[in-house]
Amino acid sequence: MATRGKKAAEKVKVLMDKTERIRNIGIIAHIDHGKTTLTDNLLAGAGIISKDLAGEQLFTDSYYLEQERGITIFAASASMVYDYNGEDYLINLIDTPGHVDFGGDVTRALRAVDGAVVVVDAVEGAMPQTETVLRQAMKENVKPVLFINKVDRMINELKVDAREMQAQLGKIIDKVNKLMRGMNKEKFEGRRGDAGEAGEAGETGEAGETGEAGETGETGEAGEDKGERGERGWKLDAAKGNVAFGSALYNWAISVPTMQKSGISFKEVYDYCKQGNMKELALKCPAYEAVLNMVTEHLPNPLEAQKYRVPVIWHGDAESKIGKSMAECNRDGEIAFMVTSISVDPHAGEVATGRLFSGTVAKGTELLVSGVYKKNRVQQVGIFMGEERVEVERVPAGNIAALVGLKDAIVGSTLSTTEMVPFESIKHYSEPVVTVAVEAKNTKDLPRLIEVLRRLAKEDPMLRIEINEETGEQLVSGMGELHLEITTHRINKDEGVPIIASPPIVVYRETVGELAGPVEGKSPNRHNKFYFVVEPLGEEVVEKIQSEGLTVGKDKVALRDSLMEAGMPKEEARKVVNIIEGNVLVDMTKGVQYLRETMELVQEGFKEVMLKGPLAREKCRGVKVKLMDVKLHEDSIHRGPAQVIPAVRSAILAAILHAKATFVEPVQEVFISVPQNLLGNVTREVQGRRGQILDIKTEGDMVSLQSEAPVAEMFGFASDIRSATEGRALWSTEFAGFKPIPQNLFGEKVLEVRKRKGLKLEMPRASDFVSS
Amino acid sequence: MLTFVGLGLYDEKDITLKGLEAVRKADKVYAEFYTSPLGGRTVEKMQRVYGRRISVLERSDLEENAEAAESGGILELAKSKNVVLLCGGDSMVATTHVDLRLRAIDREIKTRLIHAPSILSAVAGLCGLQNYKFGKSATVSPPYPHGCGGVISEVPYDTLKANKERGLHTLLFLDISMSVNEALGLLETVEERRRGTVLKNKKSIIVGIARAGSEEPVVKADYLEGLKSYDFGELPHVLVVPGELHFLEKEALVKIANFPAP
Repeated sequence: MATRGKKAAEKVKVLMDKTERIRNIGIIAHIDHGKTTLTDNLLAGAGIISKDLAGEQLFTDSYYLEQERGITIFAASASMVYDYNGEDYLINLIDTPGHVDFGGDVTRALRAVDGAVVVVDAVEGAMPQTETVLRQAMKENVKPVLFINKVDRMINELKVDAREMQAQLGKIIDKVNKLMRGMNKEKFEGRRGDAGEAGEAGETGEAGETGEAGETGETGEAGEDKGERGERGWKLDAAKGNVAFGSALYNWAISVPTMQKSGISFKEVYDYCKQGNMKELALKCPAYEAVLNMVTEHLPNPLEAQKYRVPVIWHGDAESKIGKSMAECNRDGEIAFMVTSISVDPHAGEVATGRLFSGTVAKGTELLVSGVYKKNRVQQVGIFMGEERVEVERVPAGNIAALVGLKDAIVGSTLSTTEMVPFESIKHYSEPVVTVAVEAKNTKDLPRLIEVLRRLAKEDPMLRIEINEETGEQLVSGMGELHLEITTHRINKDEGVPIIASPPIVVYRETVGELAGPVEGKSPNRHNKFYFVVEPLGEEVVEKIQSEGLTVGKDKVALRDSLMEAGMPKEEARKVVNIIEGNVLVDMTKGVQYLRETMELVQEGFKEVMLKGPLAREKCRGVKVKLMDVKLHEDSIHRGPAQVIPAVRSAILAAILHAKATFVEPVQEVFISVPQNLLGNVTREVQGRRGQILDIKTEGDMVSLQSEAPVAEMFGFASDIRSATEGRALWSTEFAGFKPIPQNLFGEKVLEVRKRKGLKLEMPRASDFVSS
Repeated sequence: MLTFVGLGLYDEKDITLKGLEAVRKADKVYAEFYTSPLGGRTVEKMQRVYGRRISVLERSDLEENAEAAESGGILELAKSKNVVLLCGGDSMVATTHVDLRLRAIDREIKTRLIHAPSILSAVAGLCGLQNYKFGKSATVSPPYPHGCGGVISEVPYDTLKANKERGLHTLLFLDISMSVNEALGLLETVEERRRGTVLKNKKSIIVGIARAGSEEPVVKADYLEGLKSYDFGELPHVLVVPGELHFLEKEALVKIANFPAP
């Protein structure tokens, strides 16, 4: 084992220099369609790649068991050496995060890969998340191949016959093709492919919803001409071999090319499944072989991929030195690296894994971490062998590398030799707006729970962890119901910490409708006074702050300019002293003595209110707080934290209440695609949730509906829409910011939140905070 | 009625006879030690010696909650009862007490002061400096937020610098948790930041005093370097930065304040 491992590690070291033999891939799927099982399968496959050990099934078994024990959600990255037609290939598999529902994370992971294996459940077909992740992949110019999983279920549960089975599979392919075509027509069709034919093929099979056989997917049809000199299209076609069928759970899979070799075709598969003899099937056509053949044959190497991917994933100047170096995958250029995950190694500490687009990273290299503008020194460079990190001297461009020593890096960071435009550019700003409270079932697990949560938050930037000081519960906030369901599942199952999670609640924000003040706040010792005005900050400014992540840093001029661009008056923009959660503190005072010594504390008080507003201690958003005047005691002992913070806090709290305080609630855009005859059920479902329909488009007999609904009303939507449409609706959601809550719901919602937090059950008044 | 009774400098025995009488006659006796901790006292000893139960108040009881009716705020009670508030030093040296008295007056509560020795006069005596030559005082408080990068107030440094320029002595109160050594460290940081030479100067004498009013007070005069490492023992500590010295004061610093003879 040890020598075999060593041998494989040597192979990896050799292969990382042969860029054309590298495949960086991800596996993407709707939840439960078998992403993890397939990954395990491929890894198990990697364990028997070495020909001398092939066929020793026992070894595979034990390896598999090991996998089961060792794998939680599989590691950050895993690499394998695959022998395809007598040549070794290095396949780097990047973990696309366990939850696949919401933008940012998947985008980041997909950014590091050039190809993706899309896993679709044969029984369920393409589902909303399939669509979401596929859209992300197509947007990032990540080329997909398709693995239709759980084919055995089709046979054994749905009891379809051999012919129906093929027809159904064909329809799944058509559906995915249709989605892909709609998302990125250019890539789907290829630059000089025969567009007309591809288009047509994509649409067949849509008409017959149920029993009838669609014609495609019968493998005979030729999608595009191979011989074309132009770029080949990405259209899926079983005949081309970029689709495989199988059962990841039972370790078998076939594709048209493997059929020709093994003689096992759909008919044989059907018989084996019927007889319950999938073990033999797994021996004759192992899943990893069909899938990895497809990956090596159809997915691009970094040299090919970076040419057309860099312009899409990186928004810097393509003609710049670094831009060119990345497009060429130049290992002699400057370093450009994107961190896709952070994991914790018990010995080495934090390990940042990601894709090296340009340059060569070696031990001792100093890298600039985007966002923090700090240099970190690389203490170790590693590549992966299976799931194990193997230390190497250096890693060249095009590879997935694991770096130790980058203590300032987070998931999504760009690491570079010199300052460069970072990869990250979040187009849709998303915020965690749904929260569950979690508690360890056994009190003794609390320390472990805290540790697990802290780690999850570091790995998943869309997750936020806070402690409810009143109850001691851990509050976990995420993008939506599903995101949190998966997170709690991970804690329960993968991390093995039994927890109780509360039902999800939506997070509101408190904001103001008009100007109020100046309001005076006195310190408890009455030796100091602060005067504040609050007013609405304006949506453009809030958006600018959040989408660009504006903070008060060293470059005051840049900040001023950014804020002015969004419409903030100059005399305010240059006096902004703090920005938090889309609120700003402006110091409008002139020459107040000792204020410089006290400003930290004023900011502290400001931050406290912005994190816990007056209405119901929800976070504030879009509030501009202006400090107009201050009277301070000269002796610092009389203006310490215990004096200044409460004075500032109470004045701002009262000012907000004077300024038409209200709630804004998170809203989502909901995209639903449904057969026309079910449209009525869908609109009813949306409108019943305070949803607004923004657009309806008809495509064939399908209707795409774009709507917007409050997140609070979207709980349980998944099962309701399923029953309202017999499971025919495909849908996805996207965060769409905050909107004011309807006036008639305002009081009710405030009291609802107050009740939940154990606050006094009455509307707060300004006089609760300052004496008039 | 609200009577402010000073407890004097160090322990339960520093109260005046008049103060003790007021305590014994009161309906309710409160004490606060957050403005001045009184190094040698314990509440138990005070209760035993004074023969009264004493309720110790927190800062918030005197500030935001003094008027609270339901929780029995001190001002609420003083409307109808004879209430005594015990505090370290003299009864009106802490500014908080002035504020409380003002609020009592607003509520038409009668107030009365019973004085006791204060650190203000004790320091002059302990180091032999002349009382009328002191300028403005200031407090050295811990930086906030705590740890490195906290804001250090520059007011104490500015105060002693201004006094020094006018030849005046400066009394620096230290936060109740702060030693002479820590305070000197903070002052030195500010001086370095300002590139000043008021303290770090071959002629600048500084006096540290620990446990004024106790049986064994420590008084030590030296230059900055010598004082920085001097062990003053238990808190409370204060600092004096002398200005121009009269020849009698010079003599006193050597004979009384242990200034190392040349």
